[in-house]
Amino acid sequence: MVTEPTTNGNTTGKGQSAPDKMVRFDKVVKRFGDLVVLRELDFEVAPAEHVTLIGPSGSGKTTILRLLMTLEKINDGYIWVDGEPLWHMDQGGKLVPANEKYLRRMRPKMGMVFQQFNLFPNMKVLRNVTEAPIYSLGMSKDEAVQRGREILELVGLSDKVDSYPSQLSGGQQQRVAIARALAMNPKILLLDEVTSALDPELVAEVLNVLRDIAHTTEITILCVTHEMQFAKDISHRVMMFDHGQIVEYGPPEKIFSDPEHDRTKSFLRAVLEAR
Amino acid sequence: MIWDWNFALNEALPQMLGAFLKVTLLATILGSVVAMVLGLILALLRRSRIQLISRPTGWFIEFVRSTPLLVQLLFLFLVLPRVGITLPAFTIGIIGLGVHYATYTSEVYRAGIDGVPKGQWEAATALSLPPRRKWQDVILPQAIRNVLPALGNYVISMFKETPYLLAITVLDMVAIAKNIGSLNFKYLETFTIAGLIFLAASYPAAVLMRKLEIRLGH
Ligand SMILES: Nc1ncnc2c1ncn2[C@@H]1O[C@H](COP(=O)(O)OP(=O)(O)OP(=O)(O)O)[C@@H](O)[C@H]1O
Ligand SMILES: [Mg+2]
Repeated sequence: MVTEPTTNGNTTGKGQSAPDKMVRFDKVVKRFGDLVVLRELDFEVAPAEHVTLIGPSGSGKTTILRLLMTLEKINDGYIWVDGEPLWHMDQGGKLVPANEKYLRRMRPKMGMVFQQFNLFPNMKVLRNVTEAPIYSLGMSKDEAVQRGREILELVGLSDKVDSYPSQLSGGQQQRVAIARALAMNPKILLLDEVTSALDPELVAEVLNVLRDIAHTTEITILCVTHEMQFAKDISHRVMMFDHGQIVEYGPPEKIFSDPEHDRTKSFLRAVLEAR
Repeated sequence: MIWDWNFALNEALPQMLGAFLKVTLLATILGSVVAMVLGLILALLRRSRIQLISRPTGWFIEFVRSTPLLVQLLFLFLVLPRVGITLPAFTIGIIGLGVHYATYTSEVYRAGIDGVPKGQWEAATALSLPPRRKWQDVILPQAIRNVLPALGNYVISMFKETPYLLAITVLDMVAIAKNIGSLNFKYLETFTIAGLIFLAASYPAAVLMRKLEIRLGH
């Protein structure tokens, strides 16, 4: 299971789209000033696949999700989403850097749930969930409200539609944030440590909602978490990162109980001790 | 000099109260509307990514802030007619007050916008909200809520500077106080009343602002 950094599961040729893949990182480079966070990172995620990213602090997990959500700019390489380049657009057969209009078309393919929820505090719960479908997707108000109510029911918050976020517990707020992301009907759900800002007793309600979504929908999930049991429950694959490189990857049963790499072993030991 | 109740209550007060409502208060309200709207526009222009817009806006704000209101009022009053723009003095006063204070409120808006947490901008981006919705529905409501007390305090300042309008022949309450005071040699009454009217208006306003600050958790 130990793999070379440049051949991490990529089966597609360089600089090409991968129509059968939902996400493809192709020699992706990300720098912050002099700090190289991702150095020619390659990996692929299949449609409906659930991948958990683990690794020590600073290994680049968040950066990967933020690049996909277009919250950070790529420095080199290509990211393909659903068969299309994310940071580039086709101009007369050549890939040129994407403009804002192109990015706005691509973004709805991804939905992100943040560690700090980032709900809009000035809007009621229902409006938080309907705002983007109405104004980003152009959905009719009636349809957005109906769908919003359905999704809020799915996350167990039917009775909170008229509350403001500040009137909710952290766990409820995070479930609204999940509903808000799902309301856009994204193909890919990006989850960045979505339970680490929560009080311990509120973690389960959020993870249960996510388990439900993972098991009953066709959505592709990229998830960063320290909740190893949750990772085991939902992921098809776990990728261990260190210094922006994939150390190893494999099914959760394998990675968690019988990792090949010393870096993985010591990381998992540290996580277990921390609990 | 003794206090003349008859003059104070039956002559000075009605005239001065009239001037207060028609000039001082009206100028403050209209000037504030200009300052609030123009200040927001200036704040947004100053944030523009196009330097040809943001730079001159910054210079304009700096320039207006570093010259006295009185000079600006006189400048508008004396120069506008020369370039073919003839407006009533009161209108010029509104423009002068409004523009002057807009440069201050623009800074207040700027601070408010900068104070909106990064996560809010990122959530708006992640949800692909078009720029107009991002500003109108997410950023500005939060930014403005946070700076309402600061904006309110500028309204009170403007209110107290309306007597400058005298310089461009707009007779506000203070000017009336001086006029009827000099006609009757009863300055004590007229200026006492002027002070009391200012106090009666700005004290509740200040209390209201303080209440607002507390409610908004400042
Ligand atoms: N905006 C930024 N400016 C400068 N450096 C940054 C920025 N964002 C991230 N970094 C750096 O990039 C590296 C990778 O950060 P990233 O947040 O992706 O790590 P992570 O794996 O998510 O870590 P953690 O487990 O602590 O969340 C870190 O060294 C971090 O300090
Ligand atoms: Mg992180």
